[in-house]
Amino acid sequence: MAGPSAPVWSTLRSCLSGALIGFTVADRYASIITVRGPSMLPTFGIEPGDRALVERLCLDRYDFSRGDVVVFRSPKDHENLVVQRLIALPGDWIQVPELQEIRQIPQGHCWVEGEHDASISWDSRSFGSIPLGLMYGRVTHIVWPPNRIGRVERKMPEGRTMQQ
Amino acid sequence: MSGFFRRLAGTPWREIAGEAGSLAFLVAQVFCGVHVVNAHVCSFALVKGVSMLPALNLAGDVVAVDRVSARFGRVGTGDVVLLISPENPRKMVAKRVLGMEGDAVTYLVDPGNSESSKTVVVPEGHVWVQGDNIYASIDSRQFGPVPYGLITGKIFCRVIPFFINFVYSLV
Repeated sequence: MAGPSAPVWSTLRSCLSGALIGFTVADRYASIITVRGPSMLPTFGIEPGDRALVERLCLDRYDFSRGDVVVFRSPKDHENLVVQRLIALPGDWIQVPELQEIRQIPQGHCWVEGEHDASISWDSRSFGSIPLGLMYGRVTHIVWPPNRIGRVERKMPEGRTMQQ
Repeated sequence: MSGFFRRLAGTPWREIAGEAGSLAFLVAQVFCGVHVVNAHVCSFALVKGVSMLPALNLAGDVVAVDRVSARFGRVGTGDVVLLISPENPRKMVAKRVLGMEGDAVTYLVDPGNSESSKTVVVPEGHVWVQGDNIYASIDSRQFGPVPYGLITGKIFCRVIPFFINFVYSLV
């Protein structure tokens, strides 16, 4: 193609390919999210405004482990992503102290909790177990701000669950 | 022996590597383009099973799935949607939406055997889905209202009805 539109056209094409590749990588492999809201403070040092690396390869087989920090679509509002810790997998028995009962997680569901108690964190202690289909990914690292760059570790609260 | 090495040194490795690189880049772009369209715009799906009879065929229909409406919350009562099964996240099911959040849905508890029905109000952020074939469908009557976030697309068009599938398979 000749003429003055050629460099514009080629820039447009590079932007389009960059966007396609970017969207595909963000959907299938890894993406970066901004953490907002208090529910994960302060135990593992994630604060609002941090940027976390979310890996999405785990969605292929839904192989999550107990204690992972996961990102999922809120069951009350599908446009919001929530970051919390996955405590129990399908078939596990979990003790819910606020309701003083022990519940079994149904097939295809999981139990997520924020670090604070139920009055601040809005999690499975309030809305029950959530379907694994709502999972968006697993947080592996904090990438911003620089003083908190590092791996996010798996951690389980003691004595709350009994595995199948 | 030395002739072989001279020929080896003579082949234009840099050009070959350059062409392979640009071909690989083109393939990557096509793959990414297909993924973006499939996941965010429109895609095809093969649905089969008894739960949506008579609307969808038992032995399989290829349908077109609109992904844009679901993302922007424009799914409503009466739409047939594709959603991730709440009982197994690796399975997708097609059902009809009978109630959005806040609606009161009345359903027959045991359609073949009794007339009793229950009414339930769909909670915030959830939808009530049922198969058209209420005698043979596992849906919200068993697993309850599902969060809207499980819906991946709205089925809006049948592309290849089963009869044509069948004819092609004979050829």
